[in-house]
Amino acid sequence: MLARSADNLFWVGRYVERADFIARILEASLRLSVVPSREDNADQVWRSALDSSGAGALFDASGRTLDELAVREFLAFNSENPSSICNCIIRARTNARAVRTALTVELWEGINGAWNALEDQGRPARRAEFAEFLSWVKSVTVAVEGAASRSMLRNDAYWFLRLGAAIERADNTARLLDVKYHLLLPEDEPVGGQLDYYQWTTLLRQVSALTAYRWVYRDSVKPWLVADLLVLNRQMPRSLASCQGAIVDALERLAADYGRRGPAQRLAAARLGQLESASINAIFQSGLHEFIEEFLAANNQLGQAITEQYLS
Amino acid sequence: MSFDEMTGQPGSGEVRESYRALARWLDESPPDLLEARARQAEFFFRRMGITFALYGEHNTSERLIPFDIVPRILSAREWRMMEAGLVQRVHALNLFLADIYGAQECIRAGIIPADIVLTNPYFRPEMTGWRPPGDIWVHIAGIDLVRTGEDAFYVLEDNARTPSGVSYMLENREMMMRLFPDLFSEHRVRPVDTYTDLLLQTLKDAAPASAAREPCVVVLTPGPYNSAYYEHSFLADKLGVELVEGSDLYVDNAQVFMRTTQGPCKVDVIYRRVDDDFLDPLTFNPDSALGVPGLMLAYQAGHVTLANAVGTGVADDKAVYTYMPEIIRFFTGEDPILHNVPTWRCREPDALKEVLSRLDELVVKEVGGSGGYGMLVGPAATQEEIEIFRRKLIADPAAFIAQPTLQLSTAPTLCGTQLAGRHVDLRPFVLTGPQGARATPGGLTRVALKEGSLVVNSSQGGGTKDTWVLDA
Repeated sequence: MLARSADNLFWVGRYVERADFIARILEASLRLSVVPSREDNADQVWRSALDSSGAGALFDASGRTLDELAVREFLAFNSENPSSICNCIIRARTNARAVRTALTVELWEGINGAWNALEDQGRPARRAEFAEFLSWVKSVTVAVEGAASRSMLRNDAYWFLRLGAAIERADNTARLLDVKYHLLLPEDEPVGGQLDYYQWTTLLRQVSALTAYRWVYRDSVKPWLVADLLVLNRQMPRSLASCQGAIVDALERLAADYGRRGPAQRLAAARLGQLESASINAIFQSGLHEFIEEFLAANNQLGQAITEQYLS
Repeated sequence: MSFDEMTGQPGSGEVRESYRALARWLDESPPDLLEARARQAEFFFRRMGITFALYGEHNTSERLIPFDIVPRILSAREWRMMEAGLVQRVHALNLFLADIYGAQECIRAGIIPADIVLTNPYFRPEMTGWRPPGDIWVHIAGIDLVRTGEDAFYVLEDNARTPSGVSYMLENREMMMRLFPDLFSEHRVRPVDTYTDLLLQTLKDAAPASAAREPCVVVLTPGPYNSAYYEHSFLADKLGVELVEGSDLYVDNAQVFMRTTQGPCKVDVIYRRVDDDFLDPLTFNPDSALGVPGLMLAYQAGHVTLANAVGTGVADDKAVYTYMPEIIRFFTGEDPILHNVPTWRCREPDALKEVLSRLDELVVKEVGGSGGYGMLVGPAATQEEIEIFRRKLIADPAAFIAQPTLQLSTAPTLCGTQLAGRHVDLRPFVLTGPQGARATPGGLTRVALKEGSLVVNSSQGGGTKDTWVLDA
C-alpha cells in the first residue's frame, strides 16, 4: 500500500482515539472541579486538564485567562488548538477521506457521519449540555472502533489503523497518570485524605476503570494499586502494558504480512519485555513520575521509527 | 419551442416510442412515490460522501450534485447514429494530434491556420516529434452533445484532456437500479458498468513496451481539495489501482516509482487527472506542488505512459473545435456524422462584426474556458453583462467564439412534486485502445434544473440523470 495511505490510516486511528481521550479528560475534570476544597482547586483542575492533554503551552501562548469556560472551549471546540475534539474529528475525517477506498462503507460512514453531525452539536457552554456533547464524542469513537473491528479485512490497512490507535492510547494513559504529579496536593492535606481520594477515583473514572479496580483488587482505592492497574495490568485495556501489547501485535502482523521485521518491531518488543518484567514497587522506588516521562519519550521514539519504516 | 425527449413537441399529447413504457409507469405511480424515492436518493448520496467541491466557496465547500430520478432515454437507433459519430470524431482527434506533433500535414494543406495550433496555449512544443505507444493521444474522451430536434444532434465541445463525470454516470445507474428495479425489468437497458473493465484494459494496453507483463497502473489526483476528488477515488477503487498524489511518486533514472509501505514500486501507466501545467515542476509550472519532478523526462524516455498524453488540450480548444468538420474530413475521408454547432470565429473580422451586433441573442464563450465559467448567454444576460463582454470581445477577439443560443431539448424532470421539462445535454465517454475507439452506451445527462435555464454545468446549479440506451 502507498506509504501516504498507511500514514492516513495511522492518523485516523490516532485522531479518533485522541478525541475520545480529550472527552474523558474533560468529563473527569468537570467532576473534579466541583469537589469542595480550597478556593484555588478549580483552577488547578483545569490547569492539569490542559497539561495532560498536551495543550498547556499552546493555551498559554494564546494569551487566554485560565478558567473553566476558557479551557473547555479550548480543548473541545477551538480551531487553533490542533488537538481540540472538533479538530480531531475534522482531521480524522480528512485523513479517512484521503484513503476512502481503503475503508469499508461502515467505517467511512461512522467517521463521515460524525463529521456531518459535528455542526448540529453546536458549542454548548452549560455544564449539563457540555457533558452531553462529551458523551456524544465517546459514542462516536465506540461506533468507529466497532465498525473497524466488525467490517475491515485484517490486512495492512487494518493494522495501521490499530497501530495509530494503540500508540495514541499509550501516550494518553501515560499523560493521564502524569495528572497526579501535576496536581500539587495541598500541604495540610494528609496523603490518602479526602482530596486525594477524589483525585484517584477520578483518574479511574477517566479510563472507565473504577469498577474494574474493585474487581481486580477487591480493596479500597490506594494510589499504588491505581498505578499498578494503569501501568502494568494486562487485563486493563488502557494500561501501558496492554497498549504496548497492542502495538507489538499490530507491528508483528505487519511484519508477517510483509515478510520483514525492522527497527520498529525490535524497539516495541524490547519495551514490552521491560514492562512485563517490571513491578510496581520497583517503579515507585525509582519514581513513578520519571518512569512515565521515560515511557512518553520511548513511545515518541517508537512513533518515529514507525514513520521511517512504513509511513514515508 | 424546444424539442422534448418524451413527447417530441410539448403539449402534442404524443409519447415518443422509446418513452412509452416509462410514461405509462409514471402515470400509474402514486404521486408521492417519486418524491419519496428522490429523498431516498439524496440521503444515500450524502451518506456515501458523493460530493464535489466548488471553487471560490469557503464554507460549504462540499456539495451534492442534484440527482434527478427520471431517466433520460435514447432509442437503439439514436444511439447507433451517435456511437458511429463519436467513434469517428475521437478517431479523428487522435489522428489530428499525431499529425500536429508530427508531420503537420493538416497545417500545410490549409485545413487549419498554423497560428491557431502553434500559438495555442495548450500546444506543447516539447511533444513535437514524439509518439505515444500505439499513437494514441486521447485514451479517454468526453464529447458533449446537445439535441434540438428529432434527428438534430450537435457536438457542443470535445473534452480531450481530463474529462470528468463518468463516476456520476456509473453511480446514477447504481442508484436507479436500487430505487426502481421494476422499471429495469420493463426496459432492456444496455449496461454501463462495462466502462471500468474497458478503462482498465485501455490503460494496461497503453503501457510502454518495457513494462512488466502485468503493468502497474495508478490514478494521479491533485488531492482531496480538487473538485473531482470523489471521482478520482471512485475510479481508483473500481479499477483496483492505487490513487496517488504527486508526492507519492518520484523519478529515478528516468523511471517512475511510488512510495509504498514495502519500499519503491515501479509505475508503468499513469491515468492522470492533473492538467499538463501541473505535471512536472521542472518542465511546466515551477510552483506546482501537485506534480512529480522529472516526470516529463521519464515520459519522453518512454518509460511511463500518461493517459491522456501531454498536449491533448489543443484538440479540445474551442478555437480548434470550429475546424473539426474539416479535420474529420481530412483525416478520415468521411463526412462528419455528428455536426458542430454553427460557430462564429470572432478572430475573423466579418464574424466579429456580426457577433457584436447580435450579442443579446448569442452565446459567447472564451476559447480557453470550461465548466460554464467565462461565458455569456445573451438572452439571459443583463445589459451590463452584455456590455462587459462587448468590451472583452473588442479587446481580444481571437479569445472568443460565438454560437446561436440553441434550444436544447427538454426531458421530464421531477421539480418539487411535479414533472416538468428541463433542458438537458449529454456527455458520452469514449475510450481508445489498440482496437480503436469505443463509446459506452449512454453517458452523463446533465440537466439545468432552473426553469428555462440552458446552463447545465454542475458548478452552475445543474443536476444529472441516468441515461438509458435501449437495446432493441
